[in-house]
Amino acid sequence: MPRLTLTIDGHSVSARQGESILSAARRSGIDIPTLCNLEGLIPAGACRVCLVEVSGRPRPVPSCATSVEQDMVVTTDSERLAAARRMTVELLLAERNHSCAVCVMNRHCRLQDLAARFGIDHVRFSFISPLAGVDVSHERFGIDHNRCILCRRCVRVCDEIEGAHTWDVGGRGAASRIICDLAQPWGTSTTCTGCGKCVQACPTGALFEKDAPATKRAVDLQGLSEWRRNRK
Amino acid sequence: MTRPRLATVWLAGCSGCHMSLLNLHGGLLELLQECDLVYSPLADVKEYPDRVDIALVEGAVSNEENREMAWIIRRRTACVVSLGDCAVNGNVSALRNPMGRAATLGRVYGETAPEEAVPRLLPRTLPLHEVIGVDAFLPGCPPDPERIWWVLARLLRGQPADLPPEMVRFG
Repeated sequence: MPRLTLTIDGHSVSARQGESILSAARRSGIDIPTLCNLEGLIPAGACRVCLVEVSGRPRPVPSCATSVEQDMVVTTDSERLAAARRMTVELLLAERNHSCAVCVMNRHCRLQDLAARFGIDHVRFSFISPLAGVDVSHERFGIDHNRCILCRRCVRVCDEIEGAHTWDVGGRGAASRIICDLAQPWGTSTTCTGCGKCVQACPTGALFEKDAPATKRAVDLQGLSEWRRNRK
Repeated sequence: MTRPRLATVWLAGCSGCHMSLLNLHGGLLELLQECDLVYSPLADVKEYPDRVDIALVEGAVSNEENREMAWIIRRRTACVVSLGDCAVNGNVSALRNPMGRAATLGRVYGETAPEEAVPRLLPRTLPLHEVIGVDAFLPGCPPDPERIWWVLARLLRGQPADLPPEMVRFG
């Protein structure tokens, strides 16, 4: 596999062809904040939190979904990026009904963590406050669309790891919703295996276990994905 | 030198932020050595006074009385602080927003929603900074006493009170 050399934040970094900027940066100890990214899943570039600047490109690019190139010069931390990341998280907070105080994931939530990390002490945009709905028709799990950020981790883990593809996205833009099978109640799904990987992969309180809503664990998705790849 | 004049206000919130302020315990006595408490739900003062230096405002703006009070606070106060998640982003007080005003009143009162004697609900519960200019934000549900203390101590010394990132957290 050919090796490439690029520069990230002034450091010379060696990477494999086809590797993402995010992966190359992490290997060299450079921490880029992420939200929709989950090790073991195919990057979606859905959240725009991992934006970085690449010399010669007019706009920041998502580091999770951009491949390294020879002699690329990458900046992962700048005032412009900090402003963009902050605005992204503020817009996510404004788009649905994220009330940390009454959420099952309070203090374990990736969105809440990022807001704190970026020093977001208030949201400058008006809240949309959509009537987003909750589906608790499944025997064991529930989905609260008020807390969904459309990162598509659930969609990807269900498709790529479990192989069921129960979840997908319906609609456009801010009106998009995670849908189950043919946009039907979760409890009526004929494809859902009840494995719970979507619940574990969800970075917010959108997907939860009904009996134990506050006990989400960090699953080893990379291990799961390797197990699946090597299965004979 | 005149002592700074402090006010605390309770708009649409649960008073939990004021409880957190009270949890400063002995710290309150230290605090009151450095300033005068001129208005507060914890003190029996009927009217919001003039020339207030610092106002800690708990709660969102949910009805016409809250909004009127917010305007008064802004006119008479040098530094307005949003205290807690309801003031900062609506939080629990804004849970009604997706339903709308009519459905909210219907759910609470049935068909007998009062027309008079209680303040009229605004169509939406608003964060304080959507109604008046706000000088500092202290998120948390409630913000713990140490952070309230940190902000007040800075403001009383005339220093900016932008929280360091490790002290900023919703919920």
